[in-house]
Amino acid sequence: MTKKQLQRLDLIFKNEHDIEEILTKTFSKSNEEIINDLISSGLKGRGGAGFPTGLKWKLASEEETDSKYIICNADEGEPGTFKDREILSRVPHKVLAGMAVCARLIGARQGYIYLRGEYVFLRPQLLEVINEFHQLLDKIGLDFRVEIFLGSGAYICGEESALFESMEGKRGEPRNKPPFPTQQGYKSKPTVINNVETLAHTYSIFKYGADKFKDLGVQDSRGSKVFSVSGDTPIPGIYELEFGMSLQKFVDDFADGDAKAVQVGGASGFCVPRKKFEKTVIGYQGKLRGTSLPTGGSMMIFNSSRSMYNVLHNYLDFFVEESCGQCTPCRVGTQQLLLGIEAVKKGDQPSSYLDKLMELAEAMRITAKCGLGQSVANSFSSIVENFKEEMIY
Amino acid sequence: MTEVKQLVQDLADQFGRSQESLLPILQGIVTKEQHISEDAMIEVARELNISAAHVYGTATFYSFLNTKPLGKYVIRVCKTITCMMHGKNQIIKELEAVLKVNLGETTHDGKFTLLETNCLGQCHKGPAMLINDTPYTELTPDKVREIIMMYRDKELRVN
Repeated sequence: MTKKQLQRLDLIFKNEHDIEEILTKTFSKSNEEIINDLISSGLKGRGGAGFPTGLKWKLASEEETDSKYIICNADEGEPGTFKDREILSRVPHKVLAGMAVCARLIGARQGYIYLRGEYVFLRPQLLEVINEFHQLLDKIGLDFRVEIFLGSGAYICGEESALFESMEGKRGEPRNKPPFPTQQGYKSKPTVINNVETLAHTYSIFKYGADKFKDLGVQDSRGSKVFSVSGDTPIPGIYELEFGMSLQKFVDDFADGDAKAVQVGGASGFCVPRKKFEKTVIGYQGKLRGTSLPTGGSMMIFNSSRSMYNVLHNYLDFFVEESCGQCTPCRVGTQQLLLGIEAVKKGDQPSSYLDKLMELAEAMRITAKCGLGQSVANSFSSIVENFKEEMIY
Repeated sequence: MTEVKQLVQDLADQFGRSQESLLPILQGIVTKEQHISEDAMIEVARELNISAAHVYGTATFYSFLNTKPLGKYVIRVCKTITCMMHGKNQIIKELEAVLKVNLGETTHDGKFTLLETNCLGQCHKGPAMLINDTPYTELTPDKVREIIMMYRDKELRVN
């Protein structure tokens, strides 16, 4: 019997070089038409938060001011995620096309690609593509320029408002929201900030139409998604799959036959144990403990030889270092969680102490200022709940 | 004019003197000098007309903006989960042996500094490391030794 494999898609990475044609075609449409296309396609932000892209562009287009910005967020720092690097190295022109359409629609003349410092080796080839793209823009008469802004090794700068702070020459500390970026973003001007993959998808929508995109996926999760698969798998790498698959199907296709858990959405995502593979669906609708699944696309597979204590310890170590230190719940909370699980493991604290730590994690979810501090509880609680014995013994 | 003063002025000419130029200027200093000295920070503050404390606060926030002197080649080995699962510790051990330093130290000749860093975005090809800007992936102890030899050869040819 042959198992039916998950359908592999080839939308994003298909090498298409008809940017000029697509841009001319799209620019012949009115702004309302473009926004309607995007909204009806159901495209949501692919960085993980899942905000509807069409709505974001619409909000920014309605602001009245002298200057606006479009920023491509390529500060991909989530452990287990590497799709943006792959997209930027293989199909950067699609991302630029998406930025150009957005620029014309909202009225921006300047765009930036915020490239994480770890990816600086991509800069020379990206600059070449950007130069070619500028020539194309001159030809079709769009007054718009794209620059690369380099990050310097701070995970938190992937948070949009921390990213603006960083570009403004400050510590990458998240701002209070509201105001939202579409109102006051970079230099306090209305700013659209989209993930690399989101922008690449807009190109597919402009080319193939909203309906074709909407045909893929389920319910509120439309289109395809690029997944970064790593960990205990014989075939690590980048895969474009349709939304709505069950985690069991994913594991059948990608794991080594001995998977005991899958971390969905990176260190800030959820850890799903084997017994829940069947019930878990990947998509914005995938309900896990009442919250929708983060969908940055990181899928890390752990087999039964892995200690989940070591996994959690590694995550917490990561968060302790990457917490910006601005708000107390996150700065102190991450450190206490790390000390706490070490104390339980050593036997300095009773196993019931884990419940106290879970309370702390939940308090961080409510009180931390930004997504980083709030999402520590995702991985912490899902690992401690499902692998309690590994935390203690 | 001192060398660092000249460097900061050149960078400010290139990137501009608004506060938005702070990160590019600091990155430029690191590329040239491997670290941002106190003198350099004071110069940057003067050029951009902002406080030295602001420059210091910003520089120390970012892990790639070193404020302590480092070697000519900074080796950053990824320590995040999948690289750890695929043998990051062996890679560090091998590097420590080849370079004769401990993690966090710089070789006596000032050529190599061995550090750990968070996720490099090479999880499907772990273990991974960066040497300055260049990524090296799917590392094995043998491969690591070859890479270091290559850098040492390069240094010999330069001198």
